[in-house]
Formats: sequence, structure tokens, C-alpha cells
Amino acid sequence: MLRISAIATRNARNIVNGEVRRCLSATAAQPKHKVDVKQERATERQNMSFMANMFRGELEPSQVFPYPDVLNADQKEMITMLVDPFERFFRDINDPVKNEEISKLPTETENSLWELGAFGIQVPNELGGMGLNNTQYGRMCEIVGVNDLGLGIVIGAHQSIGFKGILLFGTDAQKQKYLPKVASEKVYAAFALTEPSSGSDAGSIRCRAVKSPDGKHYILNGSKIWISNGNIAEIMTVFAQTEVTDPKTGEKKDKVTAFIVERGFGGVTSGPPEKKMGIRCSQTAEVYFEDVKIPIENVLGKEGDGFKVAMNILNNGRFGMAATLSGTMRLCIQKASEHAANRVQFGKKIHNFGAIQEKLARMALHQYATESMAYTISQNMDSGSQDYHLEAAISKVFASESAWFVCDEAIQILGGMGYMQSAGLEKFMRDLRIFRIFEGTNDILRLFVALTGIQYAGSHLKELQRAFKNPAANLGLIFKESSRRAFRSVGIGGVDLNPYLHNDLRECGKQVSECMNEFGKAVEQLLVKHGKNIVDQQFMLNNLANAAIDIYASVVVLSRASRAAKLNLPTVENELLLAKTWCTDASYRALLNLKKTGSNDHVDLYNQMTKISNTVIENDGVFTTRPID
Amino acid sequence: MARVLVGVKRVVDYAVKIRVKPDKTGVVTEGVKHSMNPFDEIAVEEAVKMKEKKLASEIVAVSIGPTQSQEVIRTALAMGVDRGIHVEVSGKDYDLLQPIHVSKILAKLALDEKADLVIVGKQAIDDDSNQTAQMTAANLDWPQGTFCSKVEKTGDGYTITREIDGGLETIKCKSPAVLSADLRLNTPRYATLPNIMKAKKKPIKKVAPKDLGVDTTPRIDIVSVEEPPVRQAGAVVPDVDTLVAKLKEGGHIK
Repeated sequence: MLRISAIATRNARNIVNGEVRRCLSATAAQPKHKVDVKQERATERQNMSFMANMFRGELEPSQVFPYPDVLNADQKEMITMLVDPFERFFRDINDPVKNEEISKLPTETENSLWELGAFGIQVPNELGGMGLNNTQYGRMCEIVGVNDLGLGIVIGAHQSIGFKGILLFGTDAQKQKYLPKVASEKVYAAFALTEPSSGSDAGSIRCRAVKSPDGKHYILNGSKIWISNGNIAEIMTVFAQTEVTDPKTGEKKDKVTAFIVERGFGGVTSGPPEKKMGIRCSQTAEVYFEDVKIPIENVLGKEGDGFKVAMNILNNGRFGMAATLSGTMRLCIQKASEHAANRVQFGKKIHNFGAIQEKLARMALHQYATESMAYTISQNMDSGSQDYHLEAAISKVFASESAWFVCDEAIQILGGMGYMQSAGLEKFMRDLRIFRIFEGTNDILRLFVALTGIQYAGSHLKELQRAFKNPAANLGLIFKESSRRAFRSVGIGGVDLNPYLHNDLRECGKQVSECMNEFGKAVEQLLVKHGKNIVDQQFMLNNLANAAIDIYASVVVLSRASRAAKLNLPTVENELLLAKTWCTDASYRALLNLKKTGSNDHVDLYNQMTKISNTVIENDGVFTTRPID
Repeated sequence: MARVLVGVKRVVDYAVKIRVKPDKTGVVTEGVKHSMNPFDEIAVEEAVKMKEKKLASEIVAVSIGPTQSQEVIRTALAMGVDRGIHVEVSGKDYDLLQPIHVSKILAKLALDEKADLVIVGKQAIDDDSNQTAQMTAANLDWPQGTFCSKVEKTGDGYTITREIDGGLETIKCKSPAVLSADLRLNTPRYATLPNIMKAKKKPIKKVAPKDLGVDTTPRIDIVSVEEPPVRQAGAVVPDVDTLVAKLKEGGHIK
């Protein structure tokens, strides 16, 4: 998982090349790129994503309100049964410190994990797995997050990305052949995308597979770096460039294709495990391919569809990180709370001091929001949603940053003791750092969120432009749109979350609804101002993404607290309080970020930052005179 | 080879902080994590080990209690038990169920199922009665080996090492017998996730006490359940003399 890196840049790139430009330029005279028929169809299907619709100022409640509830009684009982043995494994057998010391899992631990079934949690029963759905898997992830993130990467790199492609895109024959092995026969899998010259820009990989003259094989050459489980995996999902002929034009082009590669094919070798900051028991290695002969039936998905395969695998696994890290935050909060409740300074238990109270409260808020996101998304996925990619990306960014913040504050509360290894927090801090980097850096994911959302909003605007060309036939659409805009400009109308919320949350409902309305306006203004060049406005896109993240967190929190109230859970009062506090705080931040996108002061500010950065680059570092020279 | 009957009780998990209900009729069980009584887990493990050593042919787990008791039967099935029997008792009957009832039920089931060995935990961690094994043996008029820390099959009976005050006692008894498991008898295994899946397909039979001819009508009343008294805060005394004076004052020394 480490550095399967990659991700969405390519999506952003698509936008650069085709979509947004095409969508936004009113006189789209001659689109350079052929309109992808499939993509066109996809945009016709109604997008049910809450976030995508927010980009165009609309409220699409179906995936967030009421809070999803997909598990039936049987599935819930299953979870209760599974939680216990899993927790016991961590309590009695696994030793995270030892795993780190020897930089791998001891054989006994490894065997117990296999016996436990932890390597094939989502593989169907009949193929030797546990057959759990995403939500049940998320609950398991949470336990991993509480205990050992390094081990989490070992099992995550294996099933969340390593063989996930076979599960999602494999043919029946591929599934029958490979899934039983990776689910229960102690055969490791890995996901190999990242290369020395291709990190976030996953489309630029250089590994190449050439079809043999008889068409029965592909011959793969190239190398991959930072592949989790790379040195122990027998089965890998590998991405390489292939020459694909466009069926219509006959034009030959390089396109990425995904392959299932067995080490046993020959020509597959791997380097020694890398030395890393954290998650050390997960072995990360380079993998080399030299004339590897891959049978044609091992193409995963369609030839040339590799990029789509890669992105879908990554999108599909992201909620798992949110679930895992909400567990990690639970642990950090527990440790911090134990200390704050007992440590006496200045004659008082330190939890009596406001400085500590704010920390503990913010930690609890971030945990609540992350957990709410994780199980909203997993349950959306389980109920068959296709439109969860924005939300999944947001959950990865939010969870990894929240966990970093929460762990950092826990260490701060413990003070000097927190800095000691014996407190059990510093290892979490080191292990956590990678979560902001791998599986799509948070920076890239922010751009992905902003640009994908804008693309959707832009396509909607394009529809409007078309409608204006033939007003008579599209009167309804134009009227609806112009009245919406007119009302909104005088502060009436817009979205209203309150019908979906518990009465006690009405004030927050108003705040968050306002943020959503401002968000829609901000997107529109950015589009009007920058047009197709919006793709180059990374400073602004960042602000927009930050607002989107805060709003999504608020909405899932409001929904979860409303659920707690409806079911009258024992924790309802606290949950309502968490929701109110989170929403007020997050709304301030979101409005501020939105304001920045429309402010000329900030345009100037960002221009200055560009200049400063350029100076740093030109001078290979700081360019100042010491104040004592 | 023996057929083994194992008793498994669903109790509030050992890690849960117990709270007394405001009306003092019992402890809070709603929304509280429950699991199999730890001593019963040891009993199950012993039975499963016997089966692995081909000393037992079949293991039947019995739990007495409300619907949720099936959860612990499932856990036992996932650990290697072959089938389950759920004796459904709920409401007030269950709140006031006593070892005498449990032992009658177990004794009847042992005969019905043609069991050659009954193993139970030495006590449940909720009511700490420590009577069920003894009473069951009496009801069946079978020999009993309680507080086992080692069980060996010897001849047509068992050689049992028992934990007693200040040491160990070794006894021999004939089969059939009733045993109760102590802490050091073994370390229970985990129910692995695949075995939990398989356990879903194993049968659980549901019966009512009256089907077994056992009357579980409560004969006692709970008058009051109280929290243990909170420990008084200590105080630091300036010197030994004050300490001695305080101790005398409290009647701790003369």
C-alpha cells in the first residue's frame, strides 16, 4: 500500500485535457479529444453523490440522510462474533513493538493471522474468505487501528489493494484461480503501480508489456518501487503501458493495462525491504520485471483500462483508512484521557484546565467526524452506490490529518511522558505519517475533490448554455435555474438541511446549509472568473477542497447525531453536543475558506507565495541575509 | 469414546465495569458487552482437546438463558463443539434462576443426550455460585471432579488433578462423571473467523425447561443489590505518634 501512490492525478489530467475545457468553453469549437461515449453516458445517469451535487449548489440527501443502516440482524450478530477473537489476537498474540524491532511479522503471528481469516476478509465464503461486506470490514479495520498500524498495512496491502482488483474486475476463472490462494492459503498479494519516475502522476508509468506475435502472451519489462509486501508477494496486480489500437480510428496509442502477475512466471525479482520512518513490520521493496511472460488471460479488466482499474481499486479501499484511523484516534484519546484524569499539576488534575479541555474536546470531535464518515461511505458502498469517490477521497484526507492531529495532541497532553517510547504513542505518530502520503497524497486528493466536483458543476452549466441556445424548448430548465439564482442572490431559497435533522440541531442545520449555499456560489464564481483555467488555480482549489471537507464532515455528523436522537441511544446527549460543536466550528472555517476563493487580497497573497517559492527554487533554499551579518 | 456435554453461560464481560441498577434489583445488563463465562471457555477447550485426542466422539454445548444465550453457543461451536442446545429461560425466571435449576436441566440433558461426561466451569463470574457441577453430579449420582487443573483418561475413568487450598490433590474417578474446570486447566483457543463462519451451519436445538420436566418458577426474591462501599480517602499524618494515636482511635491496635 505504501506508495501505490498514485491516484487521481490522471483524473485531474483528464479534466485538463478534455472534460473541463470542453465543458466550460462556450464555443467548444473543435474539441481536441473525442467524446468518450461511455463517460458521456455516465454523466447522463443521475449522480447521487452528496458532494458532487453540492458543487452545483444542489442538495442530494439520499446517501447521507437518514444515516445509512445496511446491516441486517444477522450481519450485526456476525460482527459481534468476529470482534472478540480479533481483539483477543491483538491482546494475546500480537506484539507491535516486537514486529517493529524485527521489521516483519514473526511467523507465529503471521500464522495466527492466516488462521484467523484476516487476509481474506472480503473474499466470498465459497472461495475461502470471510465474505464480509465493506461495513463489516470497516469494523475489523477499526480494531487494527487501535492496535497496530504496521500490521494493518501488511493485511491492507494484501487485500485492500493487492488482490482487490481480482475481486472487483476479475473474470470468474481469475477469481477461482487466485482468490482461494490469497484468502486462506498463505499466498501474499501486492499492488504494483508506483515507479521511480511516476508517483502522483500515475499515468506516466514506464513499465511496458508487449504482446507476443502469437497474441497469447504479454512480455513485461520495467520496475516498481515502494511496493508493500513486494518481497513476499507471490501474486501482484501490476500496471504497465501497452499499445492499444483504437477500434474506430485504427490509431495506435499507449494505454495502461492491469495484469495479474505471478512470481512463478519467472523474471520477477525484488529488492531488500526499505528502511522506513514507521509501519516497519510491513515490508516495502522494489520489484523488477525482466521479460516476464504473462498469459493473455491474466489481463485484469480490459486492455487499456488499467488506469480505471487502478483508480477503482484505490477509491474502493479508501474508506478502510478512515475506519482504521478512527480506531487509532480512539486509542489516543483513551491514553490522553487516562493521563489528564490523573496527572496533578498546580494542585489540580490537569483535565480541569481549559488548555487541556480544548485539546480533549477537539480530539473527540475529530474522532466522531472520522468515524461518521467511514461508516457513511462503507454503507453507501454496500448499498450499491457508484457515486462515492469524492466522499471516499475526502474521508482519506480527513482521517489521515485528524489522526495525525489527535495523536500529536495526545502526546502533547502527556508532555514528556508522551515523547517516551514506553507511552506507546510515538510509534503511532511515526506509523501515522505515511497515511497522508500513500494511496494518493492528500494534496493530490484535494485537487481531485475540487476538480472532479467542478467538472460536474461545469457539465451542468454546459447544459444550461445549451438550453439558452434553444430557450423555447428548454423553458422549464431555464426558469428553474434563473429563479433559483435570483432567489439565492437575495438570500432566499438555496438548500435547507433542517427537514432531515433532529430538532435540537436546527441551528447547526442553518449554519451548514449556509455553507453549502456559499459553496455553490463560490464554485460558480470561480468558474465565471477562471473558466477552463480553473485547473491551474491550485491555491483556490485547495481552499475549495478544505471547505468541502469541513462541510461533508458536518453533514455526516449531523446525520449520525440525528440517528442517535431518533433511536434514543444512551449516548444521545453527548452526540448532539459533539454535532453542535463540530458544526459551529467547521462552519466558521468553511466560510472563511470560501471567502478566500473570491477575495482579491488572497489572489495577491497567493501570487506573492508563488514568487517566494520561485525564489527558494532559484536559490536552492532560503535567500535572505542573516540579521547579524 | 465419550459424548461430552459442556455448560456455557452468557455473562457480562469480565472487562466491563459493573453498575447497579438505580432500583437496586440487579446490575445493568442492557447495552453491556456480554461474553462466554471464562471458566466455561476452559471447559469447552478441554472438551475440544479430548475430541482432538480421539477421547471424545461428540461435544454438545448447552446454554440456559434468553435468546442472546445463543451467541455463546455459537462461540462454543466456533471453538469446535459439534452442536448446541439452547434452553430458553427469560424474564424474571432467568433473573432468579438458581444452580439447583441449572443442575437439574443439565442432569436431564446428560441422560437424554447419553453423555458420558459433563464439563462445566467451576463458577460463573456473575453470581459466583460455584454449585452447578456439584449439584449436577448429585442429581445424576455420578462421581465429580471439581476445580480441575489436569484431566487424564486412565482406563475406564479419569485421573484428575484438583486445585485445593494450599496445593494440588490427585483423585481417580470412574466414567461417567461431572467435572468443573479451574483456571489453569488449559488456555482456551480463539474462535477463528473461518470457524465462526462454519459454526453458523452447525445446529442449535431449542428446548424449554418444562420439556425437560424442570420447574424454573422462582422461589426466592432479590431484596436489594448494592455497590460495594466506596473506599474512604486516606490522609497523610505528620508523624508516627499521630499514626499510632489514629490507629488506636480506630480500634485497629490496642
